[in-house]
Amino acid sequence: MSAGENDGSADRINGIKSTLRVVPDFPKPGILFLDITTLLLDPKAFKDTIDLFVERYKQKDISVVAGIEARGFMFGPAIALAIGAKFVPLRKPKKLPGEVISEKYVLEYGTDCLEMHVGAVEPGERALVIDDLVATGGTLCAAMNLLERAGAVVVECACVIEVPDLKGRERLRLHGKPLYVLIESRFEPTS
Amino acid sequence: MSAGENGDSAGRINGIKSALRVIPNFPKPGIMFQDITTLLLDPKAFKDTIDLFVERYKHETISVIAGIEARGFIFGPPIALAIGAKFVPLRKPKKLPGEVISEKYILEYGSDCLEMHVGAVESGDRALIVDDLIATGGTLCAAMNLLERAGAEVVECACVIEVPELKGRERLRSHGKPLYVLVESQFVPSS
Repeated sequence: MSAGENDGSADRINGIKSTLRVVPDFPKPGILFLDITTLLLDPKAFKDTIDLFVERYKQKDISVVAGIEARGFMFGPAIALAIGAKFVPLRKPKKLPGEVISEKYVLEYGTDCLEMHVGAVEPGERALVIDDLVATGGTLCAAMNLLERAGAVVVECACVIEVPDLKGRERLRLHGKPLYVLIESRFEPTS
Repeated sequence: MSAGENGDSAGRINGIKSALRVIPNFPKPGIMFQDITTLLLDPKAFKDTIDLFVERYKHETISVIAGIEARGFIFGPPIALAIGAKFVPLRKPKKLPGEVISEKYILEYGSDCLEMHVGAVESGDRALIVDDLIATGGTLCAAMNLLERAGAEVVECACVIEVPELKGRERLRSHGKPLYVLVESQFVPSS
């Protein structure tokens, strides 16, 4: 599901969309990078972004918001605070101190790894996974695996932006989980 | 200045302090790592942390909150949202897309570098810098330099935890800027 379909949020969504910018050829030639930092420079648009997620999740008994390093850290905590949930950072290897569980995942070339603290999440907890953007869905699937290995139920994955051509939504559907986004990307670099 | 001097914050400060944990020998032998992730698992303590900063800054006409990657991204955005300021992420090299300015700084062995987007901050912006912890103050000084090079005025640096023996407060004082923290570091590892 995407926001704006039937919840009267169209103006807020348009405002958010207009603050995003596309940076061509980053991090490498041929990639059109969707940059959320310009959204963070617009207090109203940033607040609207958080509010849209909070409105969706505040009555869903979510006890954990898991945010993916590093841009998931910019959105997840504010949502967690508003709905009274724990915030759990999911991090690149060797960043979290103490005992962790690790989940490896496949990239276009090579692999990467996501870690979560042992004990951060308890069996039966209801979790939301947050990141700024979903592309192939590989990182979100690794995140869901971590939470499920700890016994939590992943209720949904939520991102500001979806890149539909990279089929992340389908990948999450195979994992049995829904995806909620505010905006779908269209590739037109802004000046 | 440290929080807790004014009596009605003392209860909240104690709650925050008790939510932190110390991990010995991380990231290397001899270091007592002050871990804020357990604070994030306590919704009341996390909310109190943000509230204490918001209460201090909401009438200070702060237009920019700059957060230092990555744990500054957890505390900075909720403060920015509450006071209506922009949030500006200060990042390790090559993470920010588009045009950046860079500031190098010295580590115990070698050097590191912090980057900020060109145009994120304007002349006349009043800025607060946020990170989870201050040790030597080297990273905060690099952050202040970035903001000042862009024409902003740094009002204060704010951290959850200070490690007093590492003299960060004195280093900031040499830069002419005050430091505000909620708690000082602890030495007893939690079980």
